[in-house]
Amino acid sequence: MSAAILDRLGLSPEEWSAIALSLRVAGVATLASLGPGLAVAWVLARRRFPGRALLDGLVHLPLILPPVVTGYLLLLAFGRRGTFGAVLADLGIVLSFRWTGAALACAVMGFPLMVRAMRLSLEAVDARVEQAAATLGAGPCAVFLTVTLPLALPGVLAGAVLAFAKAMGEFGATITFVSNIPGETQTLPSAIYTLTQVPGGEAGALRLTLVSVAISMAALLVSELLARRVGRRIGAG
Amino acid sequence: MTLAVDLALARGAFRLDVAFTAPPGLTALFGRSGSGKSTVIACLAGLARPDRGRIALDGETLLDTERGRAVPAHRRRIGTVFQEARLMPHLSVRQNLAYGRWFARGRRDRAGLEPEAVITLLGIGHLLDRRPAGLSGGEGQRVAIGRALLSRPRLLLLDEPLAALDAERKAEILPLIERLRDVAAIPLVYVSHAVSEVARLADTIVVIEGGRVAAAGPAEGILRRGDLGPYHAAEAGALLDMVVEADAPNSGLTLLSGRAGRLLVPRLNRAVGTGIRVHVPARDVLLSLDEPIGLSARNRLSGQVLALHPQADGTVLVEVDCGGAVLSARLTRASVHELGLVPGRPVFAIVKSVAFDPHGMGRAAGAVEI
Repeated sequence: MSAAILDRLGLSPEEWSAIALSLRVAGVATLASLGPGLAVAWVLARRRFPGRALLDGLVHLPLILPPVVTGYLLLLAFGRRGTFGAVLADLGIVLSFRWTGAALACAVMGFPLMVRAMRLSLEAVDARVEQAAATLGAGPCAVFLTVTLPLALPGVLAGAVLAFAKAMGEFGATITFVSNIPGETQTLPSAIYTLTQVPGGEAGALRLTLVSVAISMAALLVSELLARRVGRRIGAG
Repeated sequence: MTLAVDLALARGAFRLDVAFTAPPGLTALFGRSGSGKSTVIACLAGLARPDRGRIALDGETLLDTERGRAVPAHRRRIGTVFQEARLMPHLSVRQNLAYGRWFARGRRDRAGLEPEAVITLLGIGHLLDRRPAGLSGGEGQRVAIGRALLSRPRLLLLDEPLAALDAERKAEILPLIERLRDVAAIPLVYVSHAVSEVARLADTIVVIEGGRVAAAGPAEGILRRGDLGPYHAAEAGALLDMVVEADAPNSGLTLLSGRAGRLLVPRLNRAVGTGIRVHVPARDVLLSLDEPIGLSARNRLSGQVLALHPQADGTVLVEVDCGGAVLSARLTRASVHELGLVPGRPVFAIVKSVAFDPHGMGRAAGAVEI
């Protein structure tokens, strides 16, 4: 099956492995960010506390820093000798120069986009309906799960798709943090970059570029469809 | 089931300091907008925290700031109906009704009303599969009332539930609240700034003015003595418990009878024998020393002066005992002086039939629908 697809697209095994790795890295990065992203978005949308502006700035930092800087900071923190990296290494978890590190870099880079979309949709949820739910006996967790989250779902989905798309395209932080090792950390953008650097690589670069465009378009379409379905369920129906 | 409330809070220039008890039945929190009524409701529901206060329902302390006790909103079991319906937009009417019931499942201490009974009472059977966005204001508010009732509350708060509705929808929901008062078997706290609603529904009235309790007590006395405060003094009047005797033929009027005698009021379309509570505004009552003749007014009740209450605006509210029921008439000081009105003096009270507001006439508390 996979061999047949490979033949039809004319993709080499190396190119194919870059695509598979990118999908895995972006998927893991997105799924792992969902929980923390939702929590941070909720805190920013609903709580007033000292240090809120600082948290907001920290979350948005990867958006404005050069990606190379973010990647280098990750290397400093999560490298084998880094503050967190050493502790994690003792536990048997190594991030630098591994695909898991690529996922971490992608998650960090996509985080501000995800939080922003989620926060906007959480802010749009009518707090008066949440209050009504509380008077009906729903505790804070139940209110979040039965009222807040369902009403914010379109924004939550949009945030997840944005983070996924960002992860698929992340280059600077990833290559700085985990380098460009074929089969381990060579994601789609890294593979395209490598192919453009070698003579005769143009055809491969073009093939991967087309695949990249197709994946991004598909993600956008799926999110649009989901948002429309959710919107119909919540909305004027 | 008694609710004891004592609250104080300051928010900027606004100060609230109220204490009252609500006995079983319907207690109306009455006052102008901005007087602090809705803040009291928010504190009762657990949605706002006063700076200092105590709330006890049936002996259980829900809030005691001195002892640091505050039961969170979702554990208070106080149903709340807001000015807007506040239905969950992503759930159907049926799911909205089931929402509170789900959290109250397994609670056996209070039977409460069954869903079928509530759906019939509120007339929302045909709406069950609809979404809140497709409901009219009146329909939404009826569903909100049902949803609160089905959460098996120990107390039901209604925060101006009719404020956002037009007169027609109000007329459609008022009888429902009346029936609720009689069948729900829990105390109701009803916030309103409309005298007609309060006169029709309340057993007890707490008048709130500028964040303080200006008067509190049985509805009948508060309304009759003009304790509603200066802004509503004009609407003071007696509440009479009467019974539909007959629809007067060809006149568009209904004949009521009670201890005070007989009254002709605009046609009510209620069955003969139904208990009716009538609000007789004091400004629409005339007093005469002699039996009036050659007068267009249809209603003449004989009685004797019970007490005189001089008002801040220079008028006097004269209470007249008519066979055990007390009527009140607003007269100028000059008239009182001229007629020589003193307690014990026999008088005739005269009321025009058109003076009665049909919206202010509801079924008497506990009366049986016939």
